[in-house]
Amino acid sequence: MHWGVITFPGSCDDHDVFDALKSELGQKVKLLWHKDELAGNFDCIVLPGGFSYGDYLRCGAMARFSPILRGVVKFAQNGGLVLGICNGFQILCETGLLPGALVRNADLQFICRPAYLRVEETDTAFTSGLKRGQILKMPVKHGEGCYYADAPTLERLHKNRQILVRYVDAKGKPTPSANPNGSVENIAGICNETRNVFGLMPHPEDACSELLGSTDGAKIFNSIATACADKATSHV
Amino acid sequence: MGPALTAALVTSHGITADEYEKIVKALGREPSYTELGVFSVMWSEHCSYKSSRYYLKNLPTEGPQVLQGPGENAGVVDIGGGLAVAFKIESHNHPSFIEPYQGAATGVGGILRDIFTMGARPIASLNSLRFGSIDHPRTRYLVSGVVAGIGGYGNCIGVPTVGGECYFDECYNANILVNAFTLGIVKKKQIFTGIAKGLGNPVIYVGSKTGRDGIHGATMASESFSEQKEQRRPTVQVGDPFTEKLLLEACLELMEKDFIVGIQDMGAAGLTSSSAEMAGRGGCGVELDLSAVPLRESGMSPYEILLSESQERMLLVAKQGSEAEILRIFEKWDLDAVVVGRVTDDQQFRAFWRGEEVANIPIRALTKEAPVYQRPATRPPQQDRLQQLDLASIKEPKDLLATLKQLLGSPNLASKEWIYRQYDQFVRTNTVVGPGADAAVIRIKGTTKGLALTVDGNSRYCYLDPYVGGVVAVAEAARNLACVGARPVGLTDCLNFGSPENPEVMWQFAQVIQGMRDACTALQVPVVSGNVSFYNETDGTPIYPTPVIGMVGLIEQVQRVMTPWFKSSGDAVVMLGRTREELGGSEYLKWVHGLTRGTPPWIDLRVEQAVQLCCLEAIDQALLSSAHDVSDGGLAVALAECCIGNPEKPVGVRIETREMIRGDAALFSESQSRIVVSLKEEKMDRLKELAARHNVPMHVIGTVGGTRFTIQPIMQVAVDELKAIWSTGLASRLK
Repeated sequence: MHWGVITFPGSCDDHDVFDALKSELGQKVKLLWHKDELAGNFDCIVLPGGFSYGDYLRCGAMARFSPILRGVVKFAQNGGLVLGICNGFQILCETGLLPGALVRNADLQFICRPAYLRVEETDTAFTSGLKRGQILKMPVKHGEGCYYADAPTLERLHKNRQILVRYVDAKGKPTPSANPNGSVENIAGICNETRNVFGLMPHPEDACSELLGSTDGAKIFNSIATACADKATSHV
Repeated sequence: MGPALTAALVTSHGITADEYEKIVKALGREPSYTELGVFSVMWSEHCSYKSSRYYLKNLPTEGPQVLQGPGENAGVVDIGGGLAVAFKIESHNHPSFIEPYQGAATGVGGILRDIFTMGARPIASLNSLRFGSIDHPRTRYLVSGVVAGIGGYGNCIGVPTVGGECYFDECYNANILVNAFTLGIVKKKQIFTGIAKGLGNPVIYVGSKTGRDGIHGATMASESFSEQKEQRRPTVQVGDPFTEKLLLEACLELMEKDFIVGIQDMGAAGLTSSSAEMAGRGGCGVELDLSAVPLRESGMSPYEILLSESQERMLLVAKQGSEAEILRIFEKWDLDAVVVGRVTDDQQFRAFWRGEEVANIPIRALTKEAPVYQRPATRPPQQDRLQQLDLASIKEPKDLLATLKQLLGSPNLASKEWIYRQYDQFVRTNTVVGPGADAAVIRIKGTTKGLALTVDGNSRYCYLDPYVGGVVAVAEAARNLACVGARPVGLTDCLNFGSPENPEVMWQFAQVIQGMRDACTALQVPVVSGNVSFYNETDGTPIYPTPVIGMVGLIEQVQRVMTPWFKSSGDAVVMLGRTREELGGSEYLKWVHGLTRGTPPWIDLRVEQAVQLCCLEAIDQALLSSAHDVSDGGLAVALAECCIGNPEKPVGVRIETREMIRGDAALFSESQSRIVVSLKEEKMDRLKELAARHNVPMHVIGTVGGTRFTIQPIMQVAVDELKAIWSTGLASRLK
């Protein structure tokens, strides 16, 4: 399968996603420049973490207007897989590809620490290789990661089972102390209604090597790769 | 142009009467106002090292691995396989006290530029912080601002902050220290330096536009604070990490091409120092057209343009004919890039404003011939009294467990997680061991190697005996590296002192340098870069002498990396080294008895080296489960850290002491050259052989396991209770 990773001015984790996919997982991956139009055949586009355009206005607010995003929105509308990590999640909310918003962490401080995530739904390409209730360990690192959605939106998220991962403690309980940023219902990541766009605050690319302490992030990338391979086979 | 020169105006520029005479002699005439400004920053302590240079040359700076020693933007050391690392530590003390967020942020921005200007991609930062007493009304504000500023800049630019240290002491109440360290990785063949050469080559300005911020920042850093320090706020620069991120990527992209002759960050003293220093190194002249400099505000004078310390700017000398290609790369990254001058062969620094010459100064006068002082140094008369400590008069606490708890919850010894969780520790996906261990460890992608990084300095020791303090600072940094399995390849130093015009401060400075020199020589660690920060005092009271050592070590097999935390039940606990009754200068004496007295622990560099080698070889041979340096707080605190420091799960230990010294000394003495290790019983014989071969004292002192922390027959307590005290000790005071 073919991965594309977008570099916005101010992206910091673009090379980390690139390295994880290429070196740790042996995937075909290309870096894409924000000023270009989206061109070429991709199975999954990744919007990486960082501070696109400095995020001086509101996180992700500028990136949504970048030339490449027009193509990404079309790509998603046509069923292409889009993964937004951290700043990428923020951008997806700003473009409207995902509902809700990410606001300043409840304690107003940047937070960087390992977090435990519980897999809530497995009928998406992003989580099909995982088990419901499975616990994943990977770092969070953000200042604006507090997920917020109003009551009707939350209701829709529940009804359509769009909440894919929640912050939990080591035992799998979504406790307040396991919630690093005050996100509503400990939400760490959600998908869209058509289940082909996934945004999450934690960083799977930082958890793809035993040496760095966890390979749980690779499980998400592998899940996507497997889903794409299956899809390709079924089309034959 | 500008006001007429008066004696008062000269003095306000920090130029003495003697120095003014030298200026007139160098020029053969009176300087203009603009030229006076140029001299004042170039001859400032900050830029010229005029008081420290005489002593600094005593430090060993050479070694087979050293590719670039002191004098450049950063030092560079060969790590094999065609790769090298560039690293440096720098202070941003005064700005951080005046405006903590921006002061600290721009400190990080400055050191990052020093690294990527060498062609190296920054891959790890650390910081060393000193604040006043935790109870001082301003401390909380300063800590919050500084930490947020370091995070705000480092996180945004995508360089992980992987370690550091932070101490609190009254001596920093009115003069905090913010020292920032960054390391970058570079191909040996692609190292760039700050040099100007090649007659007619263009001088290109890149990055942010020039504003009025930071004018005379270098001069401010070269004088003591007074009551009016708050009014200095406008001299603190404002950082824009986003622009720096673009500048970083654009510069590294440009460096892949063969266009650059030399490149230097516009840091302290901005355009003036970068252009003059580059010309100085190249033995040529430089001509600048100030009218071409991109400006942020209107009505700026040539004086202001030359002295501005606006952030995120670089100056480069390019090969003639490559201008268009260079400008195109910066345009891709939406950055200003403008040709502002050219290299000349008249060895003069010349600046023009709208066609009119506003400065014409021999480069030599600004660089090589800047004043150097051998300032008087006197041992303070109170030093003897300070070193007197009659242990008999120190009452030993009845409840040593209560004392241990008191220490673990103290701001200097408690967990620093509240600080480092505000830093991105993981970006670039190299962090093998992050903050909280003896040293941070990052992997080097594409190799089996790792790098270990640490910053260290005990200023209380330096205050009580600056020579011993200098030795210990270097030795402890090397010991921290040994504990993770790394052999040192070089160090960078940030020397924070009071006023050099105070002979007692100068004595401290000279003594610390001597101590560092002896330790560097014995442990074979060259000094490759550094920074001196004088005038750290307020209203005549200097801070404790505070040398901060940033040391870098190499691990050949990063898979073998060691951490300080006990791992498995049943492992034996062993101490390498020996505990003596040394409470002088200890954290225990300060926090529990309120005393900064006595002599710091003695150190024998041969023993130190033997202990480090023994530990390193034990790690190489995969004998150990853990290794932890015994330092601040002594053995009891070190053991507690081994139990509770593991981010995953605390574990208990049972220790039997047979020390023949008083109880508080056995637990809290800070005797040097000690490492606590744990290992499987079956590997004990091999460790004994190693210890015997290196002539290192070794004692089996206990066993890992259970959920309790026990030191027989003195204390026992649940490890969870110690962990709670240690985890919240600092955070609860900063909330």
